[in-house]
Amino acid sequence: MTLNIDTPAPPKRTGPRRSSGHRGSGRGGNALTRFDLRATPYFLVSPYFLLFALFGLFPLGYTFWASLHDWELGGDKSFLGIDNYTELIADDGFWNAVVNTVGIFIISTIPQLVLALMLANALNKRIRGRLFFRLGVLLPLVTSVVAVAVVFTQLYGRDYGMVNWFLGFFGVEPIEWQNQSWTAWIAISTMIDWRWTGYNAIILLAAMQTIPKDLYEAASLDGASPRRQFWQITVPMLRPTLIFVVFVSTIGGLTLFAEPVMFEGNPTMAGGATGQYQTVAMFIVKEAFRDFDMGYASAAAWMLFALILVGILINYSFTRRIGGKK
Amino acid sequence: MTAIQTRRRPAGSASAANRIWDAGPLTKVVLAFALVLSAFPIYYMFIMATRSKDEALDTPPPLLPGGRLGENIQQLLDNENAYFATGLINSAIIATTVTFSVVVISTLAGFAFAKLKFKGSKILLGSILLTMMVPLQQMGIVPLYEMMVNLGWTGQIQAVILPFLVNGFGVFMMTQYTTQAVPDELVEAARVDGASTMRIYTNVILPAVRPGMAVLALLTFMQNWNEFMWPSIVLNPDNPVVQTSIAALNQAQGTDYAMLFTGTAVSVLPLIIVFVAFGRQIVGGLMEGAVKA
Repeated sequence: MTLNIDTPAPPKRTGPRRSSGHRGSGRGGNALTRFDLRATPYFLVSPYFLLFALFGLFPLGYTFWASLHDWELGGDKSFLGIDNYTELIADDGFWNAVVNTVGIFIISTIPQLVLALMLANALNKRIRGRLFFRLGVLLPLVTSVVAVAVVFTQLYGRDYGMVNWFLGFFGVEPIEWQNQSWTAWIAISTMIDWRWTGYNAIILLAAMQTIPKDLYEAASLDGASPRRQFWQITVPMLRPTLIFVVFVSTIGGLTLFAEPVMFEGNPTMAGGATGQYQTVAMFIVKEAFRDFDMGYASAAAWMLFALILVGILINYSFTRRIGGKK
Repeated sequence: MTAIQTRRRPAGSASAANRIWDAGPLTKVVLAFALVLSAFPIYYMFIMATRSKDEALDTPPPLLPGGRLGENIQQLLDNENAYFATGLINSAIIATTVTFSVVVISTLAGFAFAKLKFKGSKILLGSILLTMMVPLQQMGIVPLYEMMVNLGWTGQIQAVILPFLVNGFGVFMMTQYTTQAVPDELVEAARVDGASTMRIYTNVILPAVRPGMAVLALLTFMQNWNEFMWPSIVLNPDNPVVQTSIAALNQAQGTDYAMLFTGTAVSVLPLIIVFVAFGRQIVGGLMEGAVKA
């Protein structure tokens, strides 16, 4: 596949081949070589798996164990069974956080994907300074989440914010963005979209460039308009990459934390006066480190995992259908 | 960087069917608009960093630089709640250490998964992909916090370093990169010459995958420089990372936006410099990874 991009193409055959000192004593000729062939691969992957077991796998299991207890740090740890989970399912605060998280996810992801597709299509055209444009749309990715949130929160300020100032020209009264859930969701969604749209566009662009050009040539000979070509050829061919992009967005969106915390401007993790933008990740941190109910927080963490699995399944079945009938 | 650049222009030019690839006016407008939208908040941030506390609250806000950058930086460093200089140093140490570890461990594992045959390799690689689906950070906070309490490391930066020493994405990326950067015959030839596995790694693999390592290093550094949730839990306000230091500024009563924006501007400046210097490699690395994934 030819990628007409400026890539650090892996040097193909530059490995200095120093056929050194000990020349081959025949393949597998001695025990040492056989041991090397068999054991070294495991030795090479072992650092990853050892550290992962310690800081990834062990915490997963431990969190589950903690979720079955009334777990206090350094204190009482009495077994509860599934009580934390049943309590959680009856907890309006938890469902509020779920609704906020899913709501923000939906109103951020859908426009983001549409914009990323349009942007990728524009970047795929022949134009001078293509690297410049690619770098330009990736620039937001380089800024930190915290910086983005600080800038946008100021832009959304009620009295001095640029957004209200701008809306004022259209006769819109100053909006208190933090006060209502839907305005807060929109504000937070723009932070996410500003940072990630360009990145997703670049990923989609990479995939677009692998689509054989003769498909388009054939289509134009048949008289298909560029718009039609985009929906009938480009989008269906992008399906695997779209699945990947949606997959990553789902995990990122459902674990949303830094933006709403910075938007709130204080570390209470409440997500506004009535929790109108408290996300599940904030809920977990609040339960664990503000209310010190670690067992409950652990149960919420496992529920978050379940939520992500459901989200991935739904998105997968949805994305799979994009342009599928053809 | 020793990356070999391949710049291929799209083949063919004049044919009618090919003309749809030329950027029309609409495309140019879309791209220009996207650039302005991307750059504006960053520009705005740097402008505010050069303005006074009061000017930052003007409506319409100032759009040209002022002359107070030096004073703002001084104020930022003197601020008693933020410990900003400490935060910068801590973030640099953490991000560098984690990057080194992730790159080394991922390159080793990537070599094994891409070029060596061993029992269970498919299952092991598959398990790494599966774990990328798990929100490890959110699910790990309780046990990891307890682990750090038991070790007596809360409030210290090793508590932020340890959980991030490996990540599945790094292994996945280096596996992909090694697969296509090193021809199998090269490894075979080195074997026939009697080279041991480790010698193949140092003499054949490492020189070939260096550009991939660079991209992984940059991405990992960025990610850890930007880490917010876990440091805000496990570190104390007097020994922060740069992001939690900014959060502390943000939480102060009667926020001084000029100083706050100076903080964010200083915190993103290193990343922007790296991005401008290695932009070509980063874009290339992202796009290559995307196609292979």
